[in-house]
Amino acid sequence: MLNEIEVDVAVIGGGPAGLAAAISAKENGAEKVLLIERGSRLGGILNQCIHDGFGLVLFNKSLTGPEYAEIFIEKLLELKIDYMLNSMVLELTPSKKLYVANKNGYHLIKAKAVVLAMGCRERTRGAIKIAGSRPSGVYTAGLAQNFINLQNLMIGRTAVILGSGDVGLIMARRLTLEGVKIQAVVEIMPFPYGLRRNVVQCLEDYNIPLYLSHTVTEILGRDRVEAVKIAKVDENLKPIPGTEKIIPCDTVLLSVGLIPENELSRQAGVEIDPRTQGPVVNSMLQTSVKGIFACGNVLHVNDLVDYVTVEARKAGLWAAKYALNQLPEPDRKEITITLGENVRSAVPQKIIPGLDTSLFFRVYKPGKNKTLNIIVDGNKIIQKHCPSVTPSEMLKADLKGEYTLNAEKIHVEVCE
Amino acid sequence: MNKKLVCILCPQGCPISVDYTENELGTVNVISVEGAKCARGEFWAREEVENPVRTVTSSIRVVNGDLPLLSVRTDKPIPKKRIFDVMNIIKNLQVNAPVKRGEIIVENILDLGANLIATRTVKRVNGEE
Ligand SMILES: Cc1cc2nc3c(=O)[nH]c(=O)nc-3n(C[C@H](O)[C@H](O)[C@H](O)COP(=O)(O)OP(=O)(O)OC[C@H]3O[C@@H](n4cnc5c(N)ncnc54)[C@H](O)[C@@H]3O)c2cc1C
Ligand code: SF4
Repeated sequence: MLNEIEVDVAVIGGGPAGLAAAISAKENGAEKVLLIERGSRLGGILNQCIHDGFGLVLFNKSLTGPEYAEIFIEKLLELKIDYMLNSMVLELTPSKKLYVANKNGYHLIKAKAVVLAMGCRERTRGAIKIAGSRPSGVYTAGLAQNFINLQNLMIGRTAVILGSGDVGLIMARRLTLEGVKIQAVVEIMPFPYGLRRNVVQCLEDYNIPLYLSHTVTEILGRDRVEAVKIAKVDENLKPIPGTEKIIPCDTVLLSVGLIPENELSRQAGVEIDPRTQGPVVNSMLQTSVKGIFACGNVLHVNDLVDYVTVEARKAGLWAAKYALNQLPEPDRKEITITLGENVRSAVPQKIIPGLDTSLFFRVYKPGKNKTLNIIVDGNKIIQKHCPSVTPSEMLKADLKGEYTLNAEKIHVEVCE
Repeated sequence: MNKKLVCILCPQGCPISVDYTENELGTVNVISVEGAKCARGEFWAREEVENPVRTVTSSIRVVNGDLPLLSVRTDKPIPKKRIFDVMNIIKNLQVNAPVKRGEIIVENILDLGANLIATRTVKRVNGEE
């Protein structure tokens, strides 16, 4: 039997983005808000991030992931917002019908507005192709984090971590504290991908070697990993013959990046930006499908959960307005931001003229003493000095609506 | 002696050079700090050499909980060289559910002036409340 439910705002995903969006939708007047989470608890990826470093921007405190999540879970309960756990959204239609499966059966949810907050998933070995047989002992860093921090399962005795993203760095420390020997962290780029704080406090504190401009070329072992072969790479990131080196280990962790989880968005016909791999959104975080909004890691992979919360509050606000038929009709067409020198992506991609917009950018290549320029119709409206830029850290700028009210072109560049 | 650091406090990432002496007891005395573009960074570099501290986060076993593990942290940073001593205590700890976020699990752990606190709420599932 199909159970039918009608709601004002349906939020897909119960991580920090979904929680903040649901809370904000309710606070901004949406009466029936429903949050749907496929896992057995709210909080999303934060449940397994037991290290501290969350909340520095919003609470001026260095909280752990579970602490940060519980603040919002408590607020959700206080506002009596409905939520479903162990419930997976299987299908989303352009007319905002959600098909949800859980142990009570199959549900059809008709929503006036939808907030996408499904987060992201980790890239796997298949996505990056390493030679060798398929022995056991190869995990993504996030899966290892889940095993160790939530399920009390140990994964091995000696490990090599491929990739120097924050998840990999944090796992290097976590495993060291649990008695696992980390033989090496191997990064193909000439610079570490994670935050410098994590390089210092997760690797240098424990004398864990970081091999930059190196990659794993082969995983050795038949049933279980026995070693990895690593090699130095040239400027084109190709392994240099003769530089191979074998490092014994029984476990390999992959920390090779995150991809927004957008299967549902695609089904609903939401336009995806190939650069962010997330939906194309406007200043209201509305996607190309009217009434469907997006926030958090499903929109673009964020570095800081605090920014996720801020962004999600906005998505919740505009979703509530949409559901209440209060969304202002724009009198002019949206302006698509054009990307100039060293700018890989911008979110939102489209500006609603006259509306204040918080923008996030990522660069292609690292550099020192650069300037972020936002140019509106030929005038440099924002010139922001950036002491250092790197692809792993987002740049942020707030563009005031007054500057875009009559604008035709908005261009962004990061240059000398 | 000399130590080269890169400041982690802001995106500038100043390269900092710290000259210091160390006596037989391991007591470190900073003589000069160079390269920091601000006072905050200079203070950080001095501390990093004289007495580096870290917050320890980990997890402990929990009986009858809706999760097998309770995540914990020190409520203040502790000296870096005592991290493994603290971990040795943490490894052997076990608590009974329910536990509330913020609850003190070990008071003044190893006399370091920091408490070990719960960083999540774990509900009781088996047995009575
Ligand atoms: C390992 C790791 C370490 C990190 N460390 C830090 C740090 O130190 N400091 C910091 O500020 N940030 C850190 N971050 C980033 C921060 O955790 C993320 O930015 C934040 O969790 C993103 O929130 P989200 O709600 O978008 O996604 P998530 O937390 O991933 O939540 C998405 C939720 O959606 C659910 N979902 C997905 N699809 C469906 C579906 N079809 N139906 C129902 N539910 C669905 C998922 O189960 C999940 O619970 C870290 C991230 C990771 C992965
Ligand atoms: S010394 Fe000051 S300016 Fe330099 S990186 Fe540290 S905090 Fe930033």
